[in-house]
Amino acid sequence: MAETPDVLQTLQAALFPQHLLAVHQYRAQPTVLLKREGLLEVARFLRDEETLQFNFLMDVTAVDYLKFGKSLASAPTLATPAPLPYYMMPKPQAEAWERGVSNDDYRFDVVYHVYSSVHGHRLRLKVPVATADPVVPSLTGLWHSANWFEREVWDMFGIRFEGHPNLRRILLYEEFKGHPLRKDYPIRKRQPLIGPVY
Amino acid sequence: MTPSATLPADPTRVTETRHMFLNMGPQHPAMHGIIQFILELDGERVVGADAEIGYLHRAFEKHGEYGPYNNVIPYTDRLNYVSPLINNFGYCLAVERLLGIEATERCQYIRVIMSELSRITDHLTCVGASGMELGAFTVFLYLIKAREWLWELVEAVTGARLTISYGRVGGVKADLPPGFAERTRKVLEQVRGVLLECDTLLTRNRIFVDRMQGTGVISKERAISYGITGPFLRGSGLALDTRKAQPYFVYDRMDFDVPTGEHGDNYDRYLVRMEEMEQSMRIVEQALAQLPGGPLNVDYEGRVLPADVMVDQAKMGQVAGFRGVHVALDPTLEGSTRGFHEAVNAGEKRAVLPAKEDTYGNIEGLMHHFKLIMLGHGIRPPQGEYYSAVEGANGELGFYIVSDGSDRPYRVRVHPPCFPIMGAVSEILVGDMVADIVPTFGSVNMIGGELDR
Amino acid sequence: MGAADLSQLSWITTRLDAALGWARKFSIFQYPFVTACCGMEYMATATSHYDMDRFGAGFPRFSPRQADVLFVVGTISHKMAPVLKRIYDQMADPKWVVAFGVCTCTGGFYDDYATVLGIDTIIPVDVYIPGCPPRPENVLDGLMKLQDKIGQGRTASLPAGPADRPPELQMPHQPDAHL
Repeated sequence: MAETPDVLQTLQAALFPQHLLAVHQYRAQPTVLLKREGLLEVARFLRDEETLQFNFLMDVTAVDYLKFGKSLASAPTLATPAPLPYYMMPKPQAEAWERGVSNDDYRFDVVYHVYSSVHGHRLRLKVPVATADPVVPSLTGLWHSANWFEREVWDMFGIRFEGHPNLRRILLYEEFKGHPLRKDYPIRKRQPLIGPVY
Repeated sequence: MTPSATLPADPTRVTETRHMFLNMGPQHPAMHGIIQFILELDGERVVGADAEIGYLHRAFEKHGEYGPYNNVIPYTDRLNYVSPLINNFGYCLAVERLLGIEATERCQYIRVIMSELSRITDHLTCVGASGMELGAFTVFLYLIKAREWLWELVEAVTGARLTISYGRVGGVKADLPPGFAERTRKVLEQVRGVLLECDTLLTRNRIFVDRMQGTGVISKERAISYGITGPFLRGSGLALDTRKAQPYFVYDRMDFDVPTGEHGDNYDRYLVRMEEMEQSMRIVEQALAQLPGGPLNVDYEGRVLPADVMVDQAKMGQVAGFRGVHVALDPTLEGSTRGFHEAVNAGEKRAVLPAKEDTYGNIEGLMHHFKLIMLGHGIRPPQGEYYSAVEGANGELGFYIVSDGSDRPYRVRVHPPCFPIMGAVSEILVGDMVADIVPTFGSVNMIGGELDR
Repeated sequence: MGAADLSQLSWITTRLDAALGWARKFSIFQYPFVTACCGMEYMATATSHYDMDRFGAGFPRFSPRQADVLFVVGTISHKMAPVLKRIYDQMADPKWVVAFGVCTCTGGFYDDYATVLGIDTIIPVDVYIPGCPPRPENVLDGLMKLQDKIGQGRTASLPAGPADRPPELQMPHQPDAHL
């Protein structure tokens, strides 16, 4: 779509360089990495600016980069040292994807997908968050959809949202300890309320 | 305070009005089993509501990280389990875009046809269940009867009625069976008849209209702010449909309308759903008419081998003549043999399994199959992320996939269309009566598998 | 007062049990505890095409106090488990439990932190109907087996628990035991 580069240009031109960490496009989907201090300001701009008008906050989620690229299948094996045979290599691509920040400094990324029904364009915002201080400002003041999405991110990842009116678990029960979508939570670790613990 | 035989001096301290807290759910016939509303009531009128969800949380997103890319597909069936094909294809679309491949044209038409059939079954179930909860049991029986016909069609194509696992990254499991187009046209005629019957029973029914009109109202601006999409939003007046806004598959070649309501109440949403079923049937008919040619012409020697004979011969090394042979598989796997297979699967060797004749018939096929199936090998999208949106029956069904270059997805996130709607329901219910909760919740079409994932 | 009278008495009570069993099995008031996808096949079995009504099971009672068979239909998560137990406890005897769908039998393929691996870890089960979801024909077959059980007057007084499962489905669940 011809409009997507304009979105990025408008953002950059709007003189938010102090908040933008990186800006890129992968598979024709523009992504913007923001510092969390600038999230509210940039989000308000995205919603209210005439040429952008992102009236839908479609999705809020998070990604835990703790084990990114570290699975056995993503590394060359001892038997087949680099370069990997053709069937283990992803197809050579014209564009490469970079996260934008280091996985060790920032364990989580809070990912926002916004959509404009007026202009028809989409944008992805990412806010890198460190393990030591997983707090991000809440967007409930700008879009009502943020309410439940942020509760889910809190439930699954343990990332707090400052200013959220009602930050409690939504998909799991209050007695559940831990945040299951984190990469260090084993999938089979059960915490039953009643019944035996298997 | 000691009880006294005389009334206290100040009569206003005798009675007290308080709001009542009522728990509706999580097991309630009208709550589709897994929603809990904690209602603050002033008599019959709701002054506050809170929805408690998560009673069907089944860790879809966690399971998505634990197996190769195609393993996620059975889990996607069980997301919106009344329209499972849309979920399958939404996921496959996201992975294909991440891989940078595109399905064949015939496959895209098949995906459109099956998605629309799935959308019709979803709306049939929604309207039927809403009707039943309001007391119109006959409507429920009629619409489920229509749904059975559609499920028989789906079964002819995919082998299963409900949890079909039909999509594959790069294609679909099998081609359409012979005679499908004719059969579908007949079934759609019958479904139209049933919809007409239900229309006669409900649309101008005084009781139905009184219960549905004016209840569960949400304005367009509030709906947008809540991130609501799909029939719920279209009932409030915004004609937003992902199939038109960002066409995928071959929807840009289809001619259909996007029905829109006006008042944002339950009645408008009911009308939107009824009309959408008709539009879906239009799309199916157009797609069947435009469906590109059947399987590729493969030169057969005329030999058709039963599958077990082929496997036995291949194990003994007797593969002479397999280059042109055609194998007869189990009826549920029909349509996935050589010829059919190439017609509906992308030609991308890194993502798509070979046809069974090649797997058993020559060493290249065997190696190809091995390299895609064995753990540690398999589909490997490059490092990256992609968010793809398809139009689910409830709204925009988004899949956000992050890949780290290995054979398993790093993160599979599904944006469930009924999640933001449920977030808004507690606000919508305020001001209505307790009895209005039933039609409002029915028109939300909350599907637990999708909401709680 | 002799042995003859007593044996006549037991013949009468046996016939009475059989009559009660016959009456109960053809008038099942089920509580469909529907949570997930199996609910769609439950609906399909209950409506015109497959019709549970011809088996006498046509009237779902949505109050546990009024029901005698608890159809647990669909995955039970750990959040829902106390609710299921409460509903089961609220039902009056004689009561039977049908585990409808493989998620209720053994947890299905949801071997994760949120799912109960089979409701027989919480409540006793009479009939297991596996399938994901089970075809309506399977459901009717399970219903007929339930009717046999009801007709013989046995409830799940010999509670079936995870210890009664076949060896490969025993609890505690050890997914990697074969390695």
